[in-house]
Amino acid sequence: MQVKDLTTLKEYTVQTMENGEEMVEDAYAGDLLSDVMGNAPSDSILITIQAHKNTVAVASLAGIKAIVICNNRSTPDDMLQAAKEEKIAVFTTKDSQFAASCKVAVLLGKVDASKA
Amino acid sequence: MQEIPINTYTSPNVILELIYRLKVKDVMTTDLVTATKDTPLRAIQHIMREKQVTGLPIVMGKRLIGIVSMDDIIQALDKGYINETAQSHMTRNLIVLEDDMPVSFAISYFDRFSYHRFPVLNKHKELVGMITSRDITSTLLVEINREIEDLEKRTSTTSLSDEMNGEIHTYSIMKNDFENAGYASTEIKKRLKKAGIQPHIIRRAAIASYELEMNLVVHSDGGELIAEYTPQEIQITARDSGPGITDINNAMTPGWSTASEWIRSLGFGAGMGLPNVKSVSDEFTIESDMNGTTVVCTIALKEMEEV
Repeated sequence: MQVKDLTTLKEYTVQTMENGEEMVEDAYAGDLLSDVMGNAPSDSILITIQAHKNTVAVASLAGIKAIVICNNRSTPDDMLQAAKEEKIAVFTTKDSQFAASCKVAVLLGKVDASKA
Repeated sequence: MQEIPINTYTSPNVILELIYRLKVKDVMTTDLVTATKDTPLRAIQHIMREKQVTGLPIVMGKRLIGIVSMDDIIQALDKGYINETAQSHMTRNLIVLEDDMPVSFAISYFDRFSYHRFPVLNKHKELVGMITSRDITSTLLVEINREIEDLEKRTSTTSLSDEMNGEIHTYSIMKNDFENAGYASTEIKKRLKKAGIQPHIIRRAAIASYELEMNLVVHSDGGELIAEYTPQEIQITARDSGPGITDINNAMTPGWSTASEWIRSLGFGAGMGLPNVKSVSDEFTIESDMNGTTVVCTIALKEMEEV
């Protein structure tokens, strides 16, 4: 799927998306940044509640293309600025990490929604 | 005769990976020209000539109900019913592909059946595209070009990493400076990328440098991160001026952390830093006393030949 396909999810708000056309193949959920750093696959979507600039640094180094910030947490300006520079998309949602993971898994075609 | 001369079982791995990774929807034409069952064959003939297509899907809404091919048109001209509508002359027994199928499927369909095009349906059985052998060969050519470019880059890595020989970059890192945290690691990553180092090796260097950099920000009184490049390896040194690690064995134990609640709430201090650095490094040493800590790790830039 492409990064911009995340916009099809209801009430997922785009905070910045300079790389809508980029392909993503996987996702990773986690709030411990060194766990994310060590284990998140590249070309993936990060599902987290860590809404700060360092999340963008980790995403950039790990090759993560999009960050979904859960639980309605707000994204500080310096985080969005960094994301814009690194060309990493940031979305916010009121979903929990679990709910977001389920929806992203369906988008990625990892599970069949009709059978879930 | 084989329409697409690629063997879907015994081709080189790069090609096999390609034809399984690429989906029919990546290859098909989505810019569709269609007609309905009430369209006269004469009109279809004109559309075909104008749009330079050799087969036209006949639809009812988004549902595919038939195809009129160039053969059907020739028959109609021959037998004199070219002014009749598509309804009674279109081909109704259709073989279709699904958009999520790998391209390897499409290739074997072209080999198995004599058709020159297949309609493509999505999982809701709606017509979403058409695929011809030409669509497949041109996309494959583009992809194969890209793969070969990658291969060339990889084989020329030697000369590229030579240019970095002897380069040393030192970054000073301040205590609790979360604002600039990650800068040094990003610079190191960019340098390696510019030198054409393989992505999975860059990733290891990025993990090591980021963890070391964050350790300096979170735990030290300030220090420096030094990156030294040779054609064979990158050596990353993190050196600080205190306060030192009381028990190095503890510090190397995954999950063990001295980070404050505040640091943890930012997602750091999971106790995975040094273990992560060690696991991505080819060589790793750590020394610490009350005057400071020095961590040196080395990552080979080229993979050893596997025996």
